[in-house]
Amino acid sequence: MSFLKRFASNRGAVVGLIILLVVIVFALLAPSLFPQSPWRTVGRPFLAPFVMERFPLGTDTLGRNIAAGLVHGARVSLMIGVVSTLVALLIGVPLGAVAGYAGGFVDDALMRFTEFFQTIPSFALAIVMVAILQPQLGSIVLAIGVVSWPPVARLVRGEVLSLKTREYVQAAVTIGQSTPRIIFSQVLPNTIAPIIVMGSLMIGSAILLESSLSFLGLGDPNLMSWGYMVGAGRTRLIDAWWISFFPGLAIFLTVLALNLAGEGLNDALNPRLARGRE
Amino acid sequence: MNLAQFLAGRLVKGIVVLFAIAILNFFLIRAAPGDPAQVLAGEAGAADAVLLEQLRARFGLDQPLIEQLWIYLKGYASLDLGFSYRQQRPVLELILDRLPATLLLTGAAFLVSLGLGVLMGALAARRAGRWQDSVITTLALVFYATPLFWIALMSQIIFSLKLGLVPNVGFETIGANYTGLARALDIAQHLFLPALTLGLFFTALYARMMRASMLEIAGADFVKTARAKGLSPGVVSRRHVARNAILPVVTLAGLQAGQLVGGAVLTETVFAWPGIGRLMFDALVQRDYSVLLGVFFVSSAMVVGFNILTDLVYRLADPRIEATS
Repeated sequence: MSFLKRFASNRGAVVGLIILLVVIVFALLAPSLFPQSPWRTVGRPFLAPFVMERFPLGTDTLGRNIAAGLVHGARVSLMIGVVSTLVALLIGVPLGAVAGYAGGFVDDALMRFTEFFQTIPSFALAIVMVAILQPQLGSIVLAIGVVSWPPVARLVRGEVLSLKTREYVQAAVTIGQSTPRIIFSQVLPNTIAPIIVMGSLMIGSAILLESSLSFLGLGDPNLMSWGYMVGAGRTRLIDAWWISFFPGLAIFLTVLALNLAGEGLNDALNPRLARGRE
Repeated sequence: MNLAQFLAGRLVKGIVVLFAIAILNFFLIRAAPGDPAQVLAGEAGAADAVLLEQLRARFGLDQPLIEQLWIYLKGYASLDLGFSYRQQRPVLELILDRLPATLLLTGAAFLVSLGLGVLMGALAARRAGRWQDSVITTLALVFYATPLFWIALMSQIIFSLKLGLVPNVGFETIGANYTGLARALDIAQHLFLPALTLGLFFTALYARMMRASMLEIAGADFVKTARAKGLSPGVVSRRHVARNAILPVVTLAGLQAGQLVGGAVLTETVFAWPGIGRLMFDALVQRDYSVLLGVFFVSSAMVVGFNILTDLVYRLADPRIEATS
């Protein structure tokens, strides 16, 4: 069976992919759907959802359009999710590859370093980093990347450890290829499939992390974010539940979709593993 | 390796970790934009000149960096986590005041998630491929993707504001002056929602892991033997499969304890739970960085202690570990 067929045979993965595509389309169309800034007061505050056509999901405590906030927030969530995952891969992949390939003392030292980052409470570290470096796009992405790379390093190290004894790697050593070249052209290309799977699952956790940070008030003050919207409605839960409800639902659906699609990707890339799991 | 040696080794390792975190804290203060003295004062740039001068002298901010690091580490080594000029109290004192509430919350969430997760995972594995399995697997997927702070808010609306089943926020009923058992019961009622929502994500994690672990062990030879000698499926799955399957789940749970402590910031913020997470949130709002870094350090210490504890329990539960380690 081809890759696409295998992916399509997993109903959950297809549902996840569809939800994800809808979110992406909304994110892309945000400027044309709601050209005004999502921060602007456009109506009376506390308008209930599904009542006025102009505000399908109601307005928040300051009369901002919740639907506009959601659509603009989708851009921010997806972007931060993807970029911070890339940052985590950028740290974790080289680190894991070097540790696995070098072995010995280097491996020991790098793995201790990784273990250290796995021990410390990652969310607390992210809070401290963003608070001290000031809540801006850059510091948020950096903080999420810094707390999410250890599993990547471990995964890559394990893959490299098993690959480096293969014959084609031995052959590359014999013909005198340099170590960096062997790592980048012989070993790493063969670890791409598991890295892609892990990356797609990491985007989901990065989105959760970003929304948690902005819920606590650690979002970039210039970017509308789902977590911020939930936090902003927190004080009016009883009389205006929708202000916190819809952004949270958006986070939930997006993360769920990413997890479903990521698992589908995993099963499609490793058909034997998928069967073994059942 | 005997128990004392093992404990000593783990303690040394834990101290090294805490030492590294103190160094990390030191460099984080230097990474902040602007004057480190301002950061330590935590007054958002409004600290008066005398205080700043005092701080510079105390932390040797006019000395070389390595000297500053030495002064800072000496402070941590003597359990001086700094001083909150906002609250006019030492940071350690502020944290120790709040620590019991957080220990109670994270401990309860840990037990709930582990118990519920193992139960759900075991049930799903026993009914693998049937509807019970689908329901539990789907539930785990949903828990896994739900933002903690959002589910906390939503459960607050439903269970306390609309249905009135449990108290809304806080640690205990203020002004009720309960004592003894009545007080414990009152606190337990307040604890219910925070512990449940904090543990939800980990419940999902452990359920998935337990299910996979059970299915893996179900194919082992000793399980076939047990079945071949005529034991009932229930006995085989309880005594032979579940007991072995639970080990990797406990390991994972011990490693995950740190994330639980981090998540407590969100739960305590939503439920106004008077723990160190709430303290961290308040420090965040006030830009009181000394408190922020202190909470980070203490929660890391909690994780280190927790890991040693689970390792210990693990060794007691499974004597084979001792032979291999």
